[in-house]
Amino acid sequence: MPTFGRTQLKLLEELCNVIAVSGDEGEVRKIVIEEINDHADDVRVDALGNVLATKRGRGKNRLKVMLDAHMDEVGLMIVADDGDGIYRFESVGSVDPRHLIGKQVYVGKERTPGVIGGKPVHLMETGERTRRVSIDSLRIDLGLAGKAKVGERAGFATRFRRVGPSIMAKSIDDRIGVATVIELFKNAPSNIDFCAAFTVQEEIGLRGAKVAAQYFDPDLAMAVDSTPANDLPDFDGNENATYNTKLGLGPAIYIADGSTLHDPRLVRFLQVIASAAGIPYQLRQPGGGGTDSAAIQRALAGIPAVSVSLPHRYTHSPLSISRVDDWKHTLNLLHAALKKMTPELIGKRQKK
Amino acid sequence: MADILSFLKSLVSVSGVSGNEAPVARLIEERWRPLVDETRISRVGSLHALKQGSGKGGALSKSKAKRPSILIAAHMDGIGMRVTQIVDGFLRITNIGGIDVRVLPGAEVTVHASGGVDLPAVVVMPPSKLLPESAEDDALEIGYLLVDTGLSAREVEKKVKVGDPISFANEPIELAGGVLSGHTVDNRASVAALTICLEELQSRPHLWDVWAVATVQEETTYLGGYTSAFEIRPDLAIAVDGTFAKGPGANGWQTHAMGKGVGLCMGPNIHPFVHQKLKELAEQLEIPWFLDVTTAHSSTDAEPMQVTAEGIPTALVEFPIRYLHTPVESVAIKDVQRAGRLLAEFIASLEENFLETIAWDI
Repeated sequence: MPTFGRTQLKLLEELCNVIAVSGDEGEVRKIVIEEINDHADDVRVDALGNVLATKRGRGKNRLKVMLDAHMDEVGLMIVADDGDGIYRFESVGSVDPRHLIGKQVYVGKERTPGVIGGKPVHLMETGERTRRVSIDSLRIDLGLAGKAKVGERAGFATRFRRVGPSIMAKSIDDRIGVATVIELFKNAPSNIDFCAAFTVQEEIGLRGAKVAAQYFDPDLAMAVDSTPANDLPDFDGNENATYNTKLGLGPAIYIADGSTLHDPRLVRFLQVIASAAGIPYQLRQPGGGGTDSAAIQRALAGIPAVSVSLPHRYTHSPLSISRVDDWKHTLNLLHAALKKMTPELIGKRQKK
Repeated sequence: MADILSFLKSLVSVSGVSGNEAPVARLIEERWRPLVDETRISRVGSLHALKQGSGKGGALSKSKAKRPSILIAAHMDGIGMRVTQIVDGFLRITNIGGIDVRVLPGAEVTVHASGGVDLPAVVVMPPSKLLPESAEDDALEIGYLLVDTGLSAREVEKKVKVGDPISFANEPIELAGGVLSGHTVDNRASVAALTICLEELQSRPHLWDVWAVATVQEETTYLGGYTSAFEIRPDLAIAVDGTFAKGPGANGWQTHAMGKGVGLCMGPNIHPFVHQKLKELAEQLEIPWFLDVTTAHSSTDAEPMQVTAEGIPTALVEFPIRYLHTPVESVAIKDVQRAGRLLAEFIASLEENFLETIAWDI
């Protein structure tokens, strides 16, 4: 098993704390390249900014396996200067405006501090207090005569922290995937050609994965993402039947989501591996959502794909929560699976 | 005060929600003790600090030492939340003071567990499938929100109790133009201003006794405002608090530009003569100021103090704060300094016979 300890958590902390909004992934790209450069046979950055790294295995008939994690996070973009340090902004990717009021953000490469305030309750008319807020009415305030440029991105100022069994951070989706693929790449087994795709723009249409899959043309692919755990209590005390995944039950293997019917051979394979190695896992409830697997599966003549995600609560919000142990089990499961992959897993594949 | 920014940051970072002000009271007492002659905590937790004046006594003074006294009140409590129920390791909450529920989803908080442990946590909005249908379209009510400490349900049961207070936990940050943004700037910025006043008085002689009071529970019941004013029976009282700053979504007549000066309030809650004297002094000292008009009550400690005992001539000195009652309240440090200076100069200007000079309907 690969090691799991302070080094891995420090890497995750660094990844979660930087801001890399869809289309502006530079800060994560830098860290990824620095981490994998010495371990790769080839590293390139493509036309969209994806980092594509290859580590070749040894022996005949090797499977070419693509592991995918997206570098981008949902965030904000400055769209207009209202003057006096006040800026108008829009969301990039899906951000619920209710998560924006009263929050601190960092803007641009300089990480200029700003705040998104709210109209004081005392000044509101009745009815205004209960009306849902819209992004139009919110502004980023950089202070008196604060400066930012239109087009700069902004993200939450949340700092990563360890609390008891948990990780509290922003962008666990999908920095956990990035950290996982980095660790797996560093410990790549020799029975496969490991193709690591650190993709861009997942949150705005899986655009990086689409072209990364074209580039690698792998035999199969696994997307490593982070999926919501909606395992909160029901207000009326009923059983929560739509939890999607739960914290503490290990990595979530996808069967079907809103965009992909994951390859049943790979789904079964992962469960067999997990059971044999005594690694806890859970099955993500079918339906809803999507991952880079959707784009990868339909690339070229089709690529068998499956997603494995770390469960996290409070997706696309200033602060998400995951369990450290769930991450450890995710790493161990994927590492064990890679080691045991053989061409028989997907049958013979016809070359064009 | 050279380190006003770092003092204000430290003030904002200590907990002190209404009803549980002891931690911040300790910090303030530590800071004030070298600046005053005596400090004590009132029966209900307010901090009273006396800096004696050098005067002999005024004819109309009601204070026990017969030297006239002025009370400057800056409330040290802040709004927050309280645990109402523990469900599967999550916490249900209610508000302490006027919380704007819309700022809560995603807000970093600290649960002050009764075991004495502070637990970092986050306020969260459950998915709509877990809420009653009526919750769909409107902004969420506080009763629907949950707090997640990241701990297992068993740990939470052991550590947290119903009634435990919860405060905002985001760190204050500096914005451009000398602005500090954080939670509880209302009213720790006023405590900072009052501290600046006490520091200035170290080198300014003054005849009157000065009572610097950090009151409790202004955000809920004005408990400190009423009881401290009664116990001290000052001859004059001035409250220091925040008022609405102009900013996004806030441009009405109640709002005033941030960084452009100190607010001097007028209205039924404020003694017109004292207001006039403050105004004249600000003009004389070229301290920029603006007029803040109120139609009836000021919603500050000036409200209870004015009607304590047989009544006390009361005034209100303010500075603009953006985003009041959110975790990102913002204030211009310049305005805090100006308020502190104006207070010190006003105190230094008080003659023995000031009370006799008070005139109505000039």
